Amino acid sequence: MGKHIRKMKEIGFFGKFDLKRIKPYGDSINDGKIQISFTLPLPNTNRATIAAKRLSKKMGLKDIDIVFQKSLESDFTFFIVYGVLVHSVDVSKVAMVSHQSKSMNMEEIDEFIREHLRRKVIVLGATTGTDSHTVGIDAIMSMKGYHGHHGLERYEMIETYNLGSQVLNEEFVRKAINLNADVLLVSQTVTQKGVHVKNLSNLVELLEAEGIRDKVVLICGGARISKELAKELGYDAGFGSNTVAEDVATFFVKELVQREKMD
Amino acid sequence: MKRQNKLNLDVSLIKQARAKARIIAHDMQEFINQYTTTTIERTICRLLGIDGVSKEGIPLPNIVVSNIEVDIGAAVFLGNAIIQTGFNPQEIAEKIAQKKLDLKKLPMGDINGIKKTIISLANEGAEKIRANREIRTKLIQTYGDKEGPLLYVIVATGNIYEDIIQANSAARKGADIIAVIRSTGQSLMDYVPYGATTQGFGGTYATQENFRLMRKALDEVGGELGKYIRLCNYCSGLCMPEIAAMGALERLDVMLNDALYGILFRDINMQRTIIDQHFSRMINGYSGVIINTGEDNYIKTVDAVEQGFTVLTSQLMNEQFALLAGIPEEQMGIGHAFEMDPSIRNGFLYELAQAQLSREIFPNAPLKYMPPTRYMTGDIFMGCVQNALFNIITKLTDQRICLLGMLTEAIHTPFMSDRAIAIDIAQYIFNNLHSISEELSFKPDGIINQRATQTLQKADELLSIIKEQGLFQTLENGTFAGIKRSKNGGKGLEGVYRKGNIYLNPFIEIFMERGVA
Ligand code: B12
Repeated sequence: MGKHIRKMKEIGFFGKFDLKRIKPYGDSINDGKIQISFTLPLPNTNRATIAAKRLSKKMGLKDIDIVFQKSLESDFTFFIVYGVLVHSVDVSKVAMVSHQSKSMNMEEIDEFIREHLRRKVIVLGATTGTDSHTVGIDAIMSMKGYHGHHGLERYEMIETYNLGSQVLNEEFVRKAINLNADVLLVSQTVTQKGVHVKNLSNLVELLEAEGIRDKVVLICGGARISKELAKELGYDAGFGSNTVAEDVATFFVKELVQREKMD
Repeated sequence: MKRQNKLNLDVSLIKQARAKARIIAHDMQEFINQYTTTTIERTICRLLGIDGVSKEGIPLPNIVVSNIEVDIGAAVFLGNAIIQTGFNPQEIAEKIAQKKLDLKKLPMGDINGIKKTIISLANEGAEKIRANREIRTKLIQTYGDKEGPLLYVIVATGNIYEDIIQANSAARKGADIIAVIRSTGQSLMDYVPYGATTQGFGGTYATQENFRLMRKALDEVGGELGKYIRLCNYCSGLCMPEIAAMGALERLDVMLNDALYGILFRDINMQRTIIDQHFSRMINGYSGVIINTGEDNYIKTVDAVEQGFTVLTSQLMNEQFALLAGIPEEQMGIGHAFEMDPSIRNGFLYELAQAQLSREIFPNAPLKYMPPTRYMTGDIFMGCVQNALFNIITKLTDQRICLLGMLTEAIHTPFMSDRAIAIDIAQYIFNNLHSISEELSFKPDGIINQRATQTLQKADELLSIIKEQGLFQTLENGTFAGIKRSKNGGKGLEGVYRKGNIYLNPFIEIFMERGVA
């Protein structure tokens, strides 16, 4: 609980604050006020307005106020809607982990590898498929790194191979086998029409076909990649925006050590 | 309206820098003149009227070019075949596809006769382009052209029919230029897909049929609105000149055409790109297309404050390459962008300096100004303000092609509503600031002028270095966008051929005869 909220609670304003029933906050606790915007494929007439209201209601709004609507084209109308959300959620059982990561730093990671694995970790990275965005994978791998955090190239105990962009999955897998890589890092930025999902799934299939899926720690990342999506696609982990090399390295060194113990 | 020079730039320094850029481009031109590429030969096929695909779906221009000796060229082989068989180029291509004809097996006739035949056919092809150019000029005359910044928005649904709906909406809202972004991956395809397409990723495939469909739609909505709506696409990747030819045949008005983009951002071989861009730009020049150069992209991967001078350096080279391809200044949409870190104190002043610098160094060019992208985040509300600052500079510095920023830049390719919001905001700003540029001048020794002078000086120094070491070496060193490429690396080098003795590209003469307008 935040300091201010605790204070408010003490002086009685917050009688209604309840972790079991969290609701959006407009300007007073539990007012449930939210704003949404969307476009409907309908001309700007009363029919569109009614459709917008009904949809808002279905989304769980009451006191629906269509504050703005305008025609985008003869057949489309844009809406901005305010309303009160009827839903609430229970987060009393969710443990609070701060967004600040609890990753090890570079020295700790190198030390951890020396102590537990006693050899260099081989990391192979690329932006695969037709995607040509490299800034993300470079942020994780290049010497310079990102936001003042060095990339994996800088780590003494990590040997890195960054293949760049537009790398075919077949080529990536071949390289992984040749290098006997421990960790594979895949970056995907373009997500329109699910192109990343197809491409990432295809990589898993190829790795399985070659019988090396279990021999590598397989990680994907990119602005629109979530942990959940990564797991669903058969990856060991996924990292989104504002990731730094330490976050990724902490994950894979721990994973490698754990796997070694299980062998 | 007369534009004022506000930056107090050293005119002799501008001249000096430009002269160096000219030498760099001319050195490169000597190299270019000796080579052709597979895509240039396929372009010649297209301009001679070959279109369509084989039963297996392979484009006929590709089929023809795999049936010739590239160093002699498609024109000579086709000219010979026309004389020997009496068929026209399209029929010849179809026969090759059906394995009923083998160009290499035909006896080679008298080269002068071949030349005569093919040059007259080439003139017919060029005539179609000229006619399109005239239609454009007439339409713009009839409707009248807009003054001030042209509002440029992109559509990128992947489905040409969906794109048309989005383009229609944007045009009705006030967009002046519609750009259809290409699908990811098209740059690396060594052929141009065929027909109307509905499945692209991050964009829609550039095909001649897609061009035609969009052109028709924009002419229709333009007719209703009483204005000419310009259409834009991309001559980049392994098929630069073919896409330029398709654009010429379907009356596109604006085409991205950068001498270095493919090398830096798609890892296409540098020799291939430099050769391809030349013919590609020649076609753009002849068809009256405004080219857009891609300097804005450099500062997406390196810091815009530190590396602002590389933008100017490249602009000066792009200008010279364009002149060598017969493109007049009025068709040079030299590019630059608003990409500085928003947390910088006085960042707006630096952006203003850079934009005004482009304006004064290229006074007759329809400059293309790109909005913030890399510092756009998921905070769409803040994003609207970032875009507003960009719009203000667009107006203050009298840019011509204003690529509207999208509030959702960091998230997805634009929704219909994103575009409408962007157009409303831009129109509000441009109208409110209508005469601002005439009202404002800069402090003679102030931050803006100093920054502009410094940038010019650094660009001039870099041009000296490039002039000494040559452009290829510069690219190998990673001077632009911090990206290193090797002369023989990247994709597409296998498509580069040294021209043989009897090589002929009949279009070069036709396109260049027009001279620099
Ligand atoms: C720079 C840029 C470009 C540059 C790329 C230059 C380069 N060498 O990378 C250029 C101009 C070439 C470009 C081209 C295109 N782009 Co672009 N581009 C951007 C832009 C402005 C910034 C992206 C960026 O660099 N972010 C900074 C990095 C550091 O962030 P990041 O990638 O998220 O990386 C971090 C994390 O995600 C994570 N991470 C990333 N990868 C990995 C991998 C692993 C293993 C791990 C652990 C972590 C990790 O760590 C990083 C550091 O924290 C965005 C818009 C925006 N503001 O986001 C559009 C954007 C990404 N581009 C987009 C598109 C569509 C394209 C094109 C396809 C357009 C086209 N049709 O031509 C082309 C690409 C063609 C192709 N073949 O791919 C869309 C993607 C939409 C979508 N969701 O599908 C965006 C969002 C713009 C938009 N709204 O349309 N682009």
